[in-house]
Amino acid sequence: MRAGGETTFRVAIRDALADEMRDDDRVVLLGEDIAAAGGVFKATEGLFEEFGGQRVRDTPISEQAIIGAALGAALNGLRPVAELMFADFVAVAMDQLANQVAKYRYQTGGQVTVPLVVRAVCGAGFGFGAQHSQNPEAWFMHLPGWRVVAASTPHDAYWLLRAAIRSADPVLFLEHKSLFGKAGTVDDDRRPRLGQAAVRRDGEDVTVVTTMLMVDRALEAAQEMERRGHSVEVIDLRSMAPLDRRLVVRSAVKTGRLVTVEENPRECGWGAEIVSMVAEEMAGELDGVRRVTAPSTPIPFSRPLETDWLPRTENVVAALEAVLRG
Amino acid sequence: MNRSMTEPASQPRDGPPPPGPEPDVLVRMYRAMLEIRQFEDRVFDLFAEGKVSGSTHLAQGQEAVAVGACFAVRPDDLMVCTYRGHHECLAKGMPLRTAMAEILGRSTGCCGGKGGSMHLTDVSIGAMGSFAIVGAGLPVACGLAWAAQHRGIDQVTLCFFGDGATNIGAFHEALNLAAVWKLPVVFVCENNLYGEYSPIATTTPVADLAVRASAYAMEHRIVDGNDVEAVYQDVAWAAARARDGAGPAFLECKTYRQKGHSRGDPARYRPPGELEQWLARDPIVLLRKRLLEGGQLSEDDADKIAAEAETAVREAEQAALDDPYPDDASLAADVYAEAIEP
Repeated sequence: MRAGGETTFRVAIRDALADEMRDDDRVVLLGEDIAAAGGVFKATEGLFEEFGGQRVRDTPISEQAIIGAALGAALNGLRPVAELMFADFVAVAMDQLANQVAKYRYQTGGQVTVPLVVRAVCGAGFGFGAQHSQNPEAWFMHLPGWRVVAASTPHDAYWLLRAAIRSADPVLFLEHKSLFGKAGTVDDDRRPRLGQAAVRRDGEDVTVVTTMLMVDRALEAAQEMERRGHSVEVIDLRSMAPLDRRLVVRSAVKTGRLVTVEENPRECGWGAEIVSMVAEEMAGELDGVRRVTAPSTPIPFSRPLETDWLPRTENVVAALEAVLRG
Repeated sequence: MNRSMTEPASQPRDGPPPPGPEPDVLVRMYRAMLEIRQFEDRVFDLFAEGKVSGSTHLAQGQEAVAVGACFAVRPDDLMVCTYRGHHECLAKGMPLRTAMAEILGRSTGCCGGKGGSMHLTDVSIGAMGSFAIVGAGLPVACGLAWAAQHRGIDQVTLCFFGDGATNIGAFHEALNLAAVWKLPVVFVCENNLYGEYSPIATTTPVADLAVRASAYAMEHRIVDGNDVEAVYQDVAWAAARARDGAGPAFLECKTYRQKGHSRGDPARYRPPGELEQWLARDPIVLLRKRLLEGGQLSEDDADKIAAEAETAVREAEQAALDDPYPDDASLAADVYAEAIEP
């Protein structure tokens, strides 16, 4: 990894994996088509050639076995990084993920650590339909024991994946497929920690809380609002679990208004958690709240329908206008 | 193969049998089986007295599988089992006191009272976990064995599960992965003839579950699960080949669950006479007979060991009952290993 060079989200992920594997022999990768094929999204390209088949291991199409094997390996001295290809496939392995991995340390009274990472490609916008486009972060935010990362820039993807691999706890690392081509630099400074959100734009009138693909749409909306004379603060959560409560609440206290923007069906989306968290701290002091979400439907295939499903910049602008009107 | 279910016999083998346990080891195995039987009987009573909450799944009658297998591997080998796993944890070396304290929800339990009867775990003795979701332990056993293979250590993982698990997806995914990666796992299927409340024949189209391993080109054998020496021999054989890099093996140990599935299940679904037939082949009765006939033990010795086992369990039980419950501070502890700065 050359610090400071221009790269993409995809290459940042590959570089983070490679750098951790160079630094620590215990780091091993497993998943479907990740070795010679380099992964369906090419995020492991070149790693098989550099590290060999013992450390970059193709698996059968067996998600329960992949996650169970990662858990067992983590309990016995390795630091596995499992790739689940599409994040929707977590549902196939949900017993291992929800009942085993999440609870292993707790129910054994802290006898073990479970240093494993599950990488999974999420998000809509590519015409993959209802079973290859979902964002499962809220599913995992409801499972104590997991940490969840949902980065939006190459810099954050690189450093947060390295931090996830070094973590003693299980981390679900989500990679939005629409961000793989996103360019940016990875710098040596400003290294994010797990659980640390970022203020992407300072503002005074409204706080927007968002993540992944929605960050850039929120920033576009903030720019539009600036033209209309309003100052919008945009927070990129980066980590969904644990949430950076302090940063979010501090911003909401400053602005008095809150808009969440997420690429999920509305009911029990994480926006509801953010709103509750802020409401508990601010009681009646909050002047306006809106949640921007996708509609409560499965994700449709046809391009115009899928485009409609995803929250757009103008939806965010409309929500901002609404909270500012009070 | 047409055999009566109540007269299980180990599958004939081509070559000479692998070595069995030394006489002194066999006597220790006898003691371990008695302790387990006494332990399970006490848990049964403690549950009836309301001192054990939740549920318990007991293994009276299945002691030979646990003891035969665990005594055939090394202390540094690993083991995973199921929610019906007290016997396997004790056989692997879990102290009676910490097992009983865990089942009673005490802070001195092996998991500090956080796991309970279905999750007995003690990594210091290689008891890596008891799985309460049917079949869930098999993929994890693969991972434990994969790590040993990757690290180049000759450690073997014993993976216990019941007959019911052979119908769940995780079983097939794990057998396939273990076979294709040649993992050092010994799969030990404890076929106690009932999947919860249902006789195996009503849920499973094959009488011998061992044949399922052949779909994964995996070595497999049918073992008389009430004959502790037979279990020992076959597990020792499977563990030795796994250690040598020959990959996994599958042992179907035919045995019998003398009690119901859980709690106070009276198991009225059993055909008349079945229990009595199996009690005649009780693994502890069989071993005692063999030890007496072989001259390794006198009647007095055997009775003395039984009395000592009973005392050991009673003492562990009393100590555990006197132990404190976990304090409030432990509720939020150990969800994560690392604190995150707020």
